[in-house]
Amino acid sequence: MQPIKTIRSTTVVMPSTNIDTDQIIPGRFLTTTTKEGLGEQLFADWRYDASGAIRPDFILNQPAAKGCRILVAGRNVGCGSSREHAPWALLDYGFLAVVSTEIADIFRNNSLKNGLLPVIVDEATHAWLLANPGAEVTIDLESTTLTLPDGRSVRFPIASFPRYCLLNGVDELGFLLAKDPAIRAYEARHAQ
Amino acid sequence: MTTPMTMFEKVWAAHEVVPETADTPAVIFVDLHLTHEVTSPQAFSVLRERGLRLRRPDLTLATMDHATPTRTEQVFGGAPITIDSAAKQIRQLEKNCADFGVELLGMQHRDRGIVHIIGPELGVTQPGKTIVCGDSHTSTHGAFGALAFGIGTTEVGHVMATQCLLQNKARTFGVEVEGLLQPGVTPKDLILAIIGKVGVSGGTGHVFEYRGAAVRAMSMEQRMTVCNMSIEAGARAGMIAPDDTTYAYLEGRARVPKGAAWQEALQRWRQLPTDAGAVFDRSVTIDAAALEPMITYGTNPGMVVPISSRIPDHRGDPVFDAAMRYMGLNPGEPIQDAPINVVFVGSCTNGRISDLRAAAAVLRGHKVAPGVHMLVVPGSQDVKRAAEAEGLDVVFREAGADWRESGCSMCLGMNGDTVAKGQYSVSTSNRNFEGRQGVGARTLLASPETAAASAIRGRVTDPRELMNG
Ligand code: SF4
Repeated sequence: MQPIKTIRSTTVVMPSTNIDTDQIIPGRFLTTTTKEGLGEQLFADWRYDASGAIRPDFILNQPAAKGCRILVAGRNVGCGSSREHAPWALLDYGFLAVVSTEIADIFRNNSLKNGLLPVIVDEATHAWLLANPGAEVTIDLESTTLTLPDGRSVRFPIASFPRYCLLNGVDELGFLLAKDPAIRAYEARHAQ
Repeated sequence: MTTPMTMFEKVWAAHEVVPETADTPAVIFVDLHLTHEVTSPQAFSVLRERGLRLRRPDLTLATMDHATPTRTEQVFGGAPITIDSAAKQIRQLEKNCADFGVELLGMQHRDRGIVHIIGPELGVTQPGKTIVCGDSHTSTHGAFGALAFGIGTTEVGHVMATQCLLQNKARTFGVEVEGLLQPGVTPKDLILAIIGKVGVSGGTGHVFEYRGAAVRAMSMEQRMTVCNMSIEAGARAGMIAPDDTTYAYLEGRARVPKGAAWQEALQRWRQLPTDAGAVFDRSVTIDAAALEPMITYGTNPGMVVPISSRIPDHRGDPVFDAAMRYMGLNPGEPIQDAPINVVFVGSCTNGRISDLRAAAAVLRGHKVAPGVHMLVVPGSQDVKRAAEAEGLDVVFREAGADWRESGCSMCLGMNGDTVAKGQYSVSTSNRNFEGRQGVGARTLLASPETAAASAIRGRVTDPRELMNG
């Protein structure tokens, strides 16, 4: 995993609340056995019509969305299915952060584990971001701040462990594997 | 005197390998890891890439359910699986399980089924265990007083490699269900009402514990229906304290302890329920006696109304407006009598034998309305055999419904069992998200009774109109 320090990008805004992981990546694309290439199917049913043609009115199909790394979404983004294909698809497409007032538990966890930064902001900041699509925003993981174009900065919450892992490109499996002695002791205590 | 603890806190404390610190999450031991074809391939790949073994094959059980066909000729007759990528995924799971020594209840195995149905059936789901699976409806197993939750594929890899997970402790949420459900009102209606009340993100960061008279009165299968949908209120898990109903269900099942070990297990399990005086971080109270059958009208499970009432009018709320557009329904209209095209009875929410019995009881002696396709998919092969032994398959077939092999099927439409664009489906599953049952499919979630009644009439129907007594 690449270390993440700072993400600076214009935003794509999808104001709907409760954007579930079935929308982010519909179930019929989950028969893949790899993580690659899912960006193609990101938001498939919103991006393409039944014949597979591009829906020009959908935000990701508009020129301003090109190259945007930050997705600002309505409240409770990522609810529903635990499919990790959702953050894989967002990352494969090119997003590096998802910003909302509320991010569903499993999606948030899955995002952190893949280097997609879940950023929870207060209502006022969120409202500003929703009202100003395409704003250039800076997210700094070192200081855990999101900075608006006018220089206003807000802190966002992130537990110290995933923050450490993201900043250093460390994967959590290595950390867990190093706990082997404690795991063995636990297993010994609980052996029938 | 020790501090009173909730059931969640007891199970959590018993599984801490390394406690949480200010800087690191807890390391939690996993007693049972269930896995299936869709969320495991990339985790097995990580093991291969890093040259790791699967640490505890004895605590891991695999099955295939999500992408599997439900047509008998494809399951047992050697007919090709229609979707190539699904067939490949199934073969990949077979290879992965063989390579890593994981027990697989494969395509033709008599114990195969939806992962959350077979755990309890086999008796591997037990009180006090930590149970995980790469699937959000793992919350189902909480009906036994287990701490059971869904994880992503990276975490599936963590459990494979270490039998542990890094977790921050959740907060607790007591869901007090007072009174008893009226006849014709089911646990599915109860959980839909709870989600309607709490909201689809109301449980975020929390573990529910369902309590109260209505919960105690439920069978294990009914409790599973309730715990199953905890995730639809945003909760990581839902739990119900084990009691004599739980022990009676488990006793004698294939994989529960026997003899002295059973007695010893019972003693342990009896310590699990929340202590008197323990405090939940949050709580909510629901009056079960006041409920009627519930049905969803929108595009998330919280958009739900009593079946006799009208679709609410929240025009101006963008989520509501979008849902109305997608569903092709109008604010203020009665939901009852809305025409339907498809009825699906099945899934890990309502695919157990008691659910099929309930649907068959409504359907018996009736026909599925012309133009309606009704699909009945048992939750497991064991459920299928039990249903056939009772002649339920005959009831469904004679009514004109399709009777299939077990699997997730139309719950998420991965295997090609889908609802066509624009069609209305009354479904006993758990998610009415846009496109969940097929591109453009319009899903109304309800109980098996409501689904069967609606199949007969060809429109949304209160099952009490068709039930005797
Ligand atoms: S039946 Fe539906 S909800 Fe249950 S495990 Fe299968 S796909 Fe998931």
